[in-house]
Amino acid sequence: MKTLKKIWHWIDDRSGFTEIFGPLLGHLVPPGAKWSYVFGSATLFCLVLQVITGVALSLLYQPSSAEAYQSLQFITHQAAFGNILRGMHYFGASFMIIMVTVHMIRVYLTAAYKFPREMAWISGVLLFFLTIAMGFTGQLLRWDSNGVWSSVVAAEQLGRLPFIGKWAARLLLGGDTIGGHSLSRFFSYHVFIIPAIIFLFVGYHLMLVIRNGISEPPEAGRLVDPKTYRQWYQDMLKSKGVPFWPYAAWRDVLFGAGTIIAIIGFAYFVGPPELTTPPDPAHLNTTPAPDWYMLSIFSLFALMPARIESYMIIIGPTLTIIILLALPFVSNKGERHPIRRPWAVFGSACVVIFVFALFLLGEKSPWSPRFKSKPLTAVNIHSTNPEVMAGGALFYKKGCLYCHRINDQGGYRGPNLTQVGLRLSYGDLTIRIVNGGGNMPAYGGILSKKELTDILAFLQSRK
Amino acid sequence: MNEDTTDEKRRGFLVKLSLGLAGLAAAVAGVPVLAALFAPLIEKTPQVWRNVGLLDDFQIGTTKLVTFENANAEAWAGVTTHTAAWLRRDADHKFTAFSANCTHLGCPVRWEAGAQLFMCPCHGGVYYKDGSVAAGPPPKSLVQYPVRIQKNQVQVQTSPVPITNISA
Repeated sequence: MKTLKKIWHWIDDRSGFTEIFGPLLGHLVPPGAKWSYVFGSATLFCLVLQVITGVALSLLYQPSSAEAYQSLQFITHQAAFGNILRGMHYFGASFMIIMVTVHMIRVYLTAAYKFPREMAWISGVLLFFLTIAMGFTGQLLRWDSNGVWSSVVAAEQLGRLPFIGKWAARLLLGGDTIGGHSLSRFFSYHVFIIPAIIFLFVGYHLMLVIRNGISEPPEAGRLVDPKTYRQWYQDMLKSKGVPFWPYAAWRDVLFGAGTIIAIIGFAYFVGPPELTTPPDPAHLNTTPAPDWYMLSIFSLFALMPARIESYMIIIGPTLTIIILLALPFVSNKGERHPIRRPWAVFGSACVVIFVFALFLLGEKSPWSPRFKSKPLTAVNIHSTNPEVMAGGALFYKKGCLYCHRINDQGGYRGPNLTQVGLRLSYGDLTIRIVNGGGNMPAYGGILSKKELTDILAFLQSRK
Repeated sequence: MNEDTTDEKRRGFLVKLSLGLAGLAAAVAGVPVLAALFAPLIEKTPQVWRNVGLLDDFQIGTTKLVTFENANAEAWAGVTTHTAAWLRRDADHKFTAFSANCTHLGCPVRWEAGAQLFMCPCHGGVYYKDGSVAAGPPPKSLVQYPVRIQKNQVQVQTSPVPITNISA
């Protein structure tokens, strides 16, 4: 024991561990910084897990557009614990996005971005977008048909940039089509370029936490005054502060460890998302859909008016970034407590509800044709009239069922036609089918006269 | 006093020298790095004609998926060298080829033969058989590829992924 101690003292003396890290670990933090403060460190725990699982995945992954898919199949189905490893990286990403979002909302609601912590907020905002970028580029590394088509979708969005759009899209794909260079580029973005920037900003973010201290829990009526705040904060720490380790850090460790265990649990019991079909750009029978954290934006693309879309693809993210970055400059002093900042609470709630509603809609994607619809059953046609039966068959064959529902079958894009015979007359139906309108194609040039009559007979019998 | 000035001059010179050399080294090292990053901007991809089938493989009036190699097919790229287009034989010697990318956000559109419509699975974009927009958010018609017939072979000209710009 004595010898071990001696060895440790030698190592510690020559390496300077205690000398360098001791003051950092023991730095004073405000009392009362409780459970709402654990989300930043939980994000960091997730990041560390992502780095470790990412490095492990890189030992098994072939970052080549010809072989990545097969190597992922190997990881998922053959490599020792490969499935759990992939699962941990996948759920680690999901948890990281959740934690960074909650951390950001907490900082906003308690106005911890105010003086003197403006730069912590700014670097945090950049880290938030970098995290999203990592999530997105990571999804593409699966390099199945979903990954390939997502990269086209990403290139298309870049294409809307004024003047430089086509060049930006070309840079992203590494050429003018999906090809040999595409995956190499995404691999580089996901594994080298974005992580390097993340490390840089995480280091800076943490340095600022040490320099400016953890924000004290807000108290209604206690205002931040840039002239006196720093002195007041130092005095408060001196009289009431507690050492970060272990009196505040234990909560971080407990919550962080719980988060990691939850991620492992999800990886074990749920597993990573199955790969879709191989990354053949000539394979078109696929339905690209982003991972859940991108689904809200995917929904927005479907729902916003087409006329403003090109502009919103550019202006929306730019405006969001500008607003977030401008926040600490617009309001960097005064009240911090959420109870005295009702508009901040209301605004945050609106954003959360809006994003969540878009997410739920994205899960259902009522705007997409239901290609998997089956022909109408006899029970749903409920008629022996040959014309009605022919109309029912045509209703499926002509793709009407992709968008309209009859009883429990069909899509959601158009109105439910289960009882359309009660609502619309023969003439109304004819006009709508022939001319189309809104989001309904004009079927006038597609249906023969006999087909139209049959479909009309079928729809008239829906009562 | 004189010595001080000499020293100051010497220091100034050494600062300039070290910064200059460092800058030069960074600039030279940066050339291949930036070349790797920005090469796609300056590389020209010639568009080439690819055989997609014999004339008799296509029936008049039907639309068929044809697959072919893209213009800059790397030998090591596997199936990602493939690309596809929807090809319709309109008349004996008249073909129309449509890009498989939705003009909204690039998703793969499918030809629904029964409905005679192209449909996109992502955001519900629908096109008529001539490629014009029938429904949904696509801002413009499906892009068409050049087609020609050479010695009984139907050929499609490769094209970049059609990128919709902000003015659409």
